Amino acid sequence: MIEVKELKKGFGGDELVLKGISTTFEKGKTNLIIGQSGSGKTVFLKCLLGLFRPTEGKIVYDGEAYSELSSEKQRTLREQMGMVFQGSALFDSMTVEENIMFPLKMFTKQRKAERRERANEVIKRVNLINANNKLPSEISGGMQKRVAIARAIVNNPKYLFCDEPNSGLDPRTATLIDNLVQEITHEYDITTIINTHDMNSVMEIGEKIVFLQKGRLAWEGSKETIFRTDNEDVTNFVYSSDLFKKVREAVIKEHQ
Amino acid sequence: MGYLKEIGAYFMMIKGVFIKPTKTSVLRNLILKEIDDLIIGSLGIVCFISFFVGGVVAIQTALNMDNPILPKSLIGFASRQSIILEFAPTFISIIMAGKVGSFITSSIGTMRVTEQIDALEVMGINSLNYLVFPKIIAMLFYPFVIAIAMFLGILGGYAAAVFGGFATGDQFIQGLQEDFVPFQLVYAFIKTFIFALLLATIPSYFGYYMKGGALEVGKASTTSFVWTSVFIILSNYLVTQLLLS
Repeated sequence: MIEVKELKKGFGGDELVLKGISTTFEKGKTNLIIGQSGSGKTVFLKCLLGLFRPTEGKIVYDGEAYSELSSEKQRTLREQMGMVFQGSALFDSMTVEENIMFPLKMFTKQRKAERRERANEVIKRVNLINANNKLPSEISGGMQKRVAIARAIVNNPKYLFCDEPNSGLDPRTATLIDNLVQEITHEYDITTIINTHDMNSVMEIGEKIVFLQKGRLAWEGSKETIFRTDNEDVTNFVYSSDLFKKVREAVIKEHQ
Repeated sequence: MGYLKEIGAYFMMIKGVFIKPTKTSVLRNLILKEIDDLIIGSLGIVCFISFFVGGVVAIQTALNMDNPILPKSLIGFASRQSIILEFAPTFISIIMAGKVGSFITSSIGTMRVTEQIDALEVMGINSLNYLVFPKIIAMLFYPFVIAIAMFLGILGGYAAAVFGGFATGDQFIQGLQEDFVPFQLVYAFIKTFIFALLLATIPSYFGYYMKGGALEVGKASTTSFVWTSVFIILSNYLVTQLLLS
């Protein structure tokens, strides 16, 4: 579980990018951060990852406040985090298998055969077929995302962060990736936080949704409650397309 | 003010390279890979340029010796002095700023653009140590490249002088041995060592701190070449002033 307490972040000027966010991301759930461009989603995610130091406030990982940990303990905590980047961020000089084995090579004392065995377990889990010896440039965008997910979970992380995990993918592959992330979250019982713009993801896997607007937490709920919210900013953002407006009307009608 | 900030950031980067070291077994493999990419991979072009420029130095010297009282051995002497003191350490380092420097900037810059550096940081890896330290260690082998450049430059000069009919082999070798000051070799290798550190770190700085996309990677490579060359020339002047004057 990750608890965020009155998180503020600025970059030297008068204006704060994050203006006091408090929320909780529960274990075993897919937590989604949504919001318009410039709402502070990326800065929020980078604070959660420990890449940005908060100006004020605390981020508590299973009872341990990151800012109060020694640099050695912060490093250990970082080793428990897995991250899926928007562009996958695979090491292009390494093969798929080497990419997935990389965290094991860096942080465990496992022998090569053990590392390979574990890598192949997760390769199987994310349904990557015949790609072990290929370079990232030789596989499709959807497969690259699967490799990124496999790399993120290979070292059994406690926290999984995803930045736009299905951007640039076709709708079918995007849904498969969303479902894979959700299945892994439940199966490994980890705290997953996903930064997304994609409304299909919100409707598909949004077990908890946090809506940011101008650096503030404007609304939080789930995919079930998002249909019934009265918050105008959320409805304007989520139901900006005619299709979603119609879906919302249909859902509200059904509930009545 | 901006330049001072950049110089400060450069030294902060150097400090960052030596903290939180990466696992030794991983570093060993990275260093071997960098030696292959930066040192072994440069040998071909260095050998080619050294041999032919050494030849040109010998021919130019011979053609400019109009006075008949000047001994032919002067061709060997002048070739040795030019190649050991300036051509091999400085001229080759400028070429390496283009070859190795732009390779380092573009490879690190591409990793920055594609979030690979962020991926390392998120995993708790000191990306500066992981990426730059192996390059610095690999470049410690750079004096061997320069030693080869010196040998081949003189060999090229010998070939051009003898086969071009400008001097006999004996005259050229006599010139090579005349007034040899061993400290000049020490001076040449001291500055080669300094150039090696500049060649590893300045391009790394421009790659690591670049912002933007693919176009900026190209721009960063060009900027890195310009500044590496500038600092090689400046440090060459300073070292020469300090050690030889």
